Order: sequence, then C-alpha cells, then structure tokens
Amino acid sequence: MSMIHVSTTVNGDEVDFVCDPRETLLDVLRDRLALTGAKEGCGTGDCGACSVMVDDRLVCSCLMLGAEAEGKSIATVEGLAKGEDLHPLQEKFIEHAALQCGICTPGILVATKALLDKNPDPTETEVRYWLAGNLCRCTGYDKIIRAVMDTAADLRKAS
Amino acid sequence: MVTVNLWSGLRSHVDGRDSVEIEANNVGEVLRGLVRAYPQLEPVIAAGVSVAVDGRIYAQGLTQPVAPDSEVFLLQRIKGG
Amino acid sequence: MAFDEVKTEGFKQVGTRPRRPDGVDKVTGRAKFGADAYAPGMLHAAIVRSPHAHARILSIDTSRAKALKGVKAVVTRADFAEGLTGDDWDVLENVMAGDKALYDGHAVAAVAATSALIARDAAKLIEVEYEVLAHVTDVDAAMADGAPVIRDGAADSSVPAGLHPNVVRYHESGHGDVHAGFGEADLVIEESFRTEAAHQGYIEPHACLAQLGPDGKGELWCCTQGHFHVQKLCAKMLGMEASNLRVTASEIGGGFGGKTTVFIEPVALALSRKTSRPVKLVMSRSEVFRATGPTSSTSMDVKIGMKKDGTITACQGVFRLQGGAFPGAPMEFTAMCAFAPYDVKNVHQIGYDVMTNRPKQAAYRAPGSPMAAFATESVLDMLCNQLGLDPLDVRLKNAAKEGSKASYGPRYERIGLVETLEAAREHAHYSAPLGSDQGRGVSCGFWFNHGGETSVTLALSEDGTAALSVGTPDIGGSRASMCLMAAEELGIPYDNVRTTIADTATLGYNEVSHGSRVTYASGLATIRAARDAVQKLCARAAAKWGIDEDAVIWEDGCAKPSGPNAGEFDPLPIAEITAEMGSTGGPIVGHFEATPEGAGVSFATHIVDAEVDKETGATKVVRYTVVQDAGKAIHPTYVEGQYQGGAAQGIGWALNEEYIYGDDGRLQNAVFLDYRIPVASDLPMIDTVIVEVPNPGHPYGVRGVGETSICPPLAAIANAVSNAAGVRMRHLPMSPPRILKALDGD
Repeated sequence: MSMIHVSTTVNGDEVDFVCDPRETLLDVLRDRLALTGAKEGCGTGDCGACSVMVDDRLVCSCLMLGAEAEGKSIATVEGLAKGEDLHPLQEKFIEHAALQCGICTPGILVATKALLDKNPDPTETEVRYWLAGNLCRCTGYDKIIRAVMDTAADLRKAS
Repeated sequence: MVTVNLWSGLRSHVDGRDSVEIEANNVGEVLRGLVRAYPQLEPVIAAGVSVAVDGRIYAQGLTQPVAPDSEVFLLQRIKGG
Repeated sequence: MAFDEVKTEGFKQVGTRPRRPDGVDKVTGRAKFGADAYAPGMLHAAIVRSPHAHARILSIDTSRAKALKGVKAVVTRADFAEGLTGDDWDVLENVMAGDKALYDGHAVAAVAATSALIARDAAKLIEVEYEVLAHVTDVDAAMADGAPVIRDGAADSSVPAGLHPNVVRYHESGHGDVHAGFGEADLVIEESFRTEAAHQGYIEPHACLAQLGPDGKGELWCCTQGHFHVQKLCAKMLGMEASNLRVTASEIGGGFGGKTTVFIEPVALALSRKTSRPVKLVMSRSEVFRATGPTSSTSMDVKIGMKKDGTITACQGVFRLQGGAFPGAPMEFTAMCAFAPYDVKNVHQIGYDVMTNRPKQAAYRAPGSPMAAFATESVLDMLCNQLGLDPLDVRLKNAAKEGSKASYGPRYERIGLVETLEAAREHAHYSAPLGSDQGRGVSCGFWFNHGGETSVTLALSEDGTAALSVGTPDIGGSRASMCLMAAEELGIPYDNVRTTIADTATLGYNEVSHGSRVTYASGLATIRAARDAVQKLCARAAAKWGIDEDAVIWEDGCAKPSGPNAGEFDPLPIAEITAEMGSTGGPIVGHFEATPEGAGVSFATHIVDAEVDKETGATKVVRYTVVQDAGKAIHPTYVEGQYQGGAAQGIGWALNEEYIYGDDGRLQNAVFLDYRIPVASDLPMIDTVIVEVPNPGHPYGVRGVGETSICPPLAAIANAVSNAAGVRMRHLPMSPPRILKALDGD
C-alpha cells in the first residue's frame, strides 16, 4: 500500500512523517516518531492510555489515523515538562503516589491537564467523571483524584 | 520420631491416617522419610508441598530443623499472585 | 552490632514517605515498558488464534502467508522443544496448541514480518483446518456425566475414583468432627455460591522483544513479574541452556499475578531463531482477554453452625474451581483460606480442580482466597442477621490468634486479625448512619504470603552511595521501599541509594514477584545485604584503627568505636571508608542469596456501604474502609496504595467483571468496553487503616500486603448489597440484571 506523507506539529516542533493509511496516530507517535509516552492499552478507545491533545482537543490517539494529523498540532506527555521543570501535575502525581505501575499515568496526565485548562476549579465528582475514560487498575483512583484536586488548588493560588 | 500431620485428602495414601511418625531432623528428611514409608506419596511431594513447622510455613527450606516435639504439617505448595 | 537483629522501632527512614525513585520516569513518559523497546532490523509478529472452543487441528497451511511480501517466518508447535512434561508441557501447550485447540483464542501459529500490519495481514492468510469438538465452559457442567473430556488422563493421584476425567486434582483437609459441631449449633446455614472468572486487567498488554541468533545465545526484553522464571521456561521450550538466554524485565504496567508465566515470549524467540533478526510481539487487548489467564470461576457450598452467643461450632465447604483447559485452578487455596480467619474446632473443606474449554487460569492476587471469603463471610452475615448479632463482634469472638489452630492445620504464629477487627469496630465508618437503600457489609480476609528464592547485591561507590540490585520486578513502587531499607541500614540519605531491577545475567535466581513477597523477601535480602556491607565497612575501620572488628559499631552512616575500651577515634563516615576501599581490600559489596521462609500470614477487615437502586439494579459503593495488618509499613503511602488497589479490583469483581461465554464457547466480551473494570466515577475515596503487628519472620516485622487486600471485598460488598437490597446475593458479579432477578425472587 502506498504511504502517505504528513506534515504536523508535535509538542511545538514541526514534524514530517510517512505512514500507511491504516496506521493510527498512536502507531505513528510510537513507531515512527519514537514518542513512546502514549501507551496502547486497548486499541479501542476504552482505556485512555494513549490520550493526547490534537489542536487543544483531548483524543484517544488509537482512534485517529496518523494521516489525519496533517496540519494539526499535537501535544503528548513528553511535552508536559518544560526543560528541567516538571508540570505541577507531574510533581503532584509523584508526591501523592498517584501511580503504582505507571502505564496509565501519561494518559491521565494529558487528560487532567486538559480538564484543568478548561476548568481550574473542578469538584471531585467532575474530576472523577472527566477521568472516567482513563482506566487505572492499580490505585483505585483515590490518590489520583487527590493529586488532581491538590494541583488545581495550587494552580488557583498561583494565578 | 516426628509426628507429621497430613491433609485429609492424603489419607488414602497412608492407610487412612491423619498423621504418621517419621524419623527426621529436618524438613528434607521428613519428606524423604514420608516417601520411603509411603511410596504412594511420591507424586504428591514431587508436585510440590510446603511444610509448616511450629506454625511457620516452609515452601522450600529442606534444611529447616525439626524436633520430636515440633508441630509439623504437610501443606500444598503455597504460591501467590 | 548483631547483624541478624530484629528492629521494630526507632526507625529513622523506614515509615517515611519519600518520592519514588522512578517517579520522574513515570510521569514524563520516559519509563520503558514492554512495548517501548525497538531494535535495529526488528521484525513484528502476530499470532493466529483458534476461533473454536475445542477443535482438533487437522492441518495448518502457511504457504499463502509465506508468499506475502515482507513475511520472514512462520512458526507452529513443531518449532518448539519436544519431550517436556508436567507443568512445563502445560505451559508450552498453552503457548502454542499441539493436536487440539483447547479454547477460543488458543494460539495455533505465528508469523514474523517487516511491519506489524504485514504480520497481521499474513496471520489472516494462514489456513487452519479444524474438526470442531464438543466443548464445555461451565465448572458444574464440566464435572457432570457426559461432559466433553478435555484431556483424558490429566487427573493426578489425588482424585477419588468415579469422578469425571475433567476433575484433575482433589483436595480435602480439616480437623475435628463437623457433624458433632453442627449438632452443638443453635443455627446452621448452608448455602451455594458462584463467582465468575475475572481478569487481572493490567492496562499493559503482554509485550516482548526477542533476539536469538544461530550461536544459540539470546536476549529477551519483556514485561513480566519474574524474568528469571521466564528465562527458565523459555529455555526449556526453545531447547536451549538457560544461561544462554539473558532476560531483562521492562517496566511493568501491572501484573496482579497474570504476568507470572509466559505466553508470547517463547513465540518471539522461536521466530527470532528462524530469522536471526530481533522480533517484537505485542498482544492486543482482545488477545489478552482471550488467551491470558483470568482467575477461576467457582461453584461453592458452605455450611456453618453457630451458637446463639455467636460461637462458631463447625464449618464445612465444597469448592469447585475451573481453571481452563489445564490443571492448576487454585482450589486448595480456596479450601485452605475459606475458614482461616476463625478459631473453629470442627472444620472440613474439599476442593475440586476442574478443566474446561477456557484459557488457562493464571494467578490473580491471593489466588483462590477472595472467592472463599465470599462464600464463608456471606453465610456468617446471614447467621449474624438471623441471630441478631453484631457482625464484627461475632468475628472478634471467633477470631484466630497466636496459637490458634488454623483451619488448614498448623498453629498460628503472631498474627494481627484481632487488631484489624478492633480497629474496624472503632473506625467512625462502622457507626456512621446509613442512607435509604443503603446497606453495610463487613468481611475478613486471609492470605498466606510467600518468601521464595531471593538474590540481592548492594555495591558501594567511592563516594559512599549505594547501588542496590534486586531481581524482583517492581510492580507497585517497591524500589522506593528497597531504597528506604538500604538507607536505614547504611545510615545514608534515601537519595543516595539507587535500586535497579537487574537482569538474569547479573544476579542469582529470583523467584517471581508474587505471593506479596517483594517487600518481605527482597526487603529482607536488602537489609541483610546492607548489613553484610556494613560488616565489611566496620572491618575496614577496625583495620585502619588497629582495633578488633568486634570493637567497631555502625551508627548514622559512620563507623565508631563501640565504647571507651575500644579506643578514642573520631567517627569514620561511609564516604571516607569507600573513598579508599580500592587500596584497603577492594570493592565493598553486600550480598544476600537465600530463600527467606518467614513470610507471615496476613489478615484484613473491610467495611463497605453500598446503595442499590431497586429500579435499575445498579449498585453504587458509597463508602469503603480497608483495615489490614502490614506488619511494618516501610513506605506507608504505597501500602495504602496496595490496600486501595485491592479494594478497587474487588469492587470490579463483585459488581461488574465477568467472562461471558456464548453457547458457541466463544468469549463475548473481550474488550474493555464490555469487560468493564471500575472507572474513576464508579468509586468513592477508599479509606485505609494500617495495623502493624510485626511479623516475627522479618527483621523489621514486614508482612506482604499486596494480596490480602483483595480477599475481603467480594464478601464485604455482597453483604452490603444483600443488606441494602433485602435479598441475599449468591452469584457474583452482582450486575444490575442479577440484582433485578434476585429482587424478583428468581
């Protein structure tokens, strides 16, 4: 099958790649761009481990074709930290032990940042429903929810 | 002699008894003694057993000492997830 | 100083909550999991799986697949070693079917190609001719007369005569006289229960990268709970020497028991051997559901007698577990755990291991125990309700203590069940008022825990920092605990210890990270390796000072004279000793290689409030409290995490999760959308209480915590739901249709 050439932006950098029309954005990120932060937990959009931002919209990258990234701006977990400085969410996730195995963490961080960008003062229930598309099997979500609420409070204080 | 308590599923292998007397100074000798006295137990022990000595469960420690007054239980091999 | 001393107080670092050493890797996407490895020239593999629950394989035609451009090799069972026996044969048969496909999803062939897409296309071109056979997936049906025989002759010598050939192992244990015991009771209740198979549900599918050359030397990267075990199994299946295969454990995205064996690793190695190229193999989610181990489903009968004052007089249970198409369902643990929390004079338990046409069960967190607790603790709840007794008082009255004879035989060492029950009774949750349509349930749970072969090295650097190598994959933050224990012993800062999960070429054999053994056994090993290093440090100081080694003690990271008689010397800090170690005797490395055997059993008590919507049958868990004995919590935050995770998995198993098979024997819900594990909006915060009753078998008193946390939830939730709905729930999961059916009196 002939390959498709795609020009896009990933974490602020202009990127070109070629891909098979059947490859998902997740396949492209991982296998062609060596950005393995987004994970494939299901391939059917049920687990959220592959969450990325596409033009400021939260998507499961396993449900979008790589070819559809043409002209789009993509943000992944690899772009969350700025140089040596972790994003406050990343700091809080470590502090609260909001991860055990860590496979769901990249997706949850991307999804949570999207929530806080949109709603800086979410209730616990809002956080729980926002993250309902991100499966975590280790933590029971307790420490994740606490880390998110604590980050949101800190960010509000700082702003 | 050490009294070795068996799980009751093994009764048919040891003439219907719940426990047997074995000459042994450690767990390995208990297991070897059991097989010598009751060859029918060989596949059971080969499949893997744990031995509880005075309440502590030994899954592998054949060198663990046992005394005549030790409470010794043969258990099915303890594994986990 | 005594190098074998037990220390249960006065800790400087143990019990604190530092940031985990792999935290930054995990939050930045830098951590490398199973599927994150790539190698130059790498091929991608795909597996062909049986669409039939039970079928004879008549032929496999690979010619069309091989003709596809980009396809490099195809393997079938003929490419693996012959002559394996027992468990090894079972694992190989599960990895790649031989004469028969034994369940929907059973691997029959595999292909390697230059891209994952080509490999998948090629897999579709492999033509397998099947003769479809009658199948059975239900445990009771598989034991009944006339059920299709999965493998004749699979039963071992434990099975009494006259049972169906699908019953492959039998367990019976107990003591006292249950008939007399039931005679002493004021009330006897006997009930039957069922639980469905739940999957471990780790978010990371199995993945590996294998390289095996014509020189017979191989490298394997994979996500596993035990890379030494993987090495051993793969070497046997490939017919190679174990030491010629170096296995490196990736970061692991959850295991819960499900990654304690091999599925794809031998296949990738076989394909690599055929092509002399690296081969990457990653399972899809549906492959994970169809072909890796869920837990057993069960059918259980439990009978308990009780006096009016709450004294349990006798317990009896029959536990039938199907473990898929192979022997190994953990029915002996179900039987042995069923009544373990209670000091009962008369107890009798029977277990049946039954084969069906389902995937080979794999361990899942305290294998066999949660189902047992569901049956036992449900009957206890019914007895308490009918006799008007408080459920925690009754459990306290009958609770096993140090010296009690366990239901499985021996007497207990020091255990902490009473302490968890007392803490539960005092917890505000237990006396909080309930809302309408809400019910409260409690349950105790028990798990053995395990030690196992363990090898650790602790190498000191010239600057006095420490490199700790352990061989137990870190499945929940264990590196933080290891760093804490090493730092505690060495008297150096936590950040001065780096813990690495070493590959199979670096350490002696390490048993799998299972049996809640890591913080216990690798922890014990770390402490002992650190003490070994400290002993060597003290010896260097003694030599420098010209005094006896015995006259040197280690305190706060320094060698010091043990007292005024030893001489007047300034404390010698670790970094000063290590700075010159090359010229004072060479590198200083602490070791531990042994099999710790004092894991110490553990108990938990859970309290849960559930609200049942009687119109829809939907259940909401509104409050949850875990009380569990940790012996000693090394890093309390990660202990809490284990408690919360176990509770959450239990909630899923109790309310939603199940393997659903159609009449055709095919799994109908092999995606997360249909196999629904708890999501954030399903759960409340999960409160935790860490009880610490030191385990006499560990230098700091540690007991494993990972597994016991999933033992009480099925029962506690079933009791809460039954009390809320006003009808006893005997079949898990308590999905809305089952609750509605129960409410209808059906």
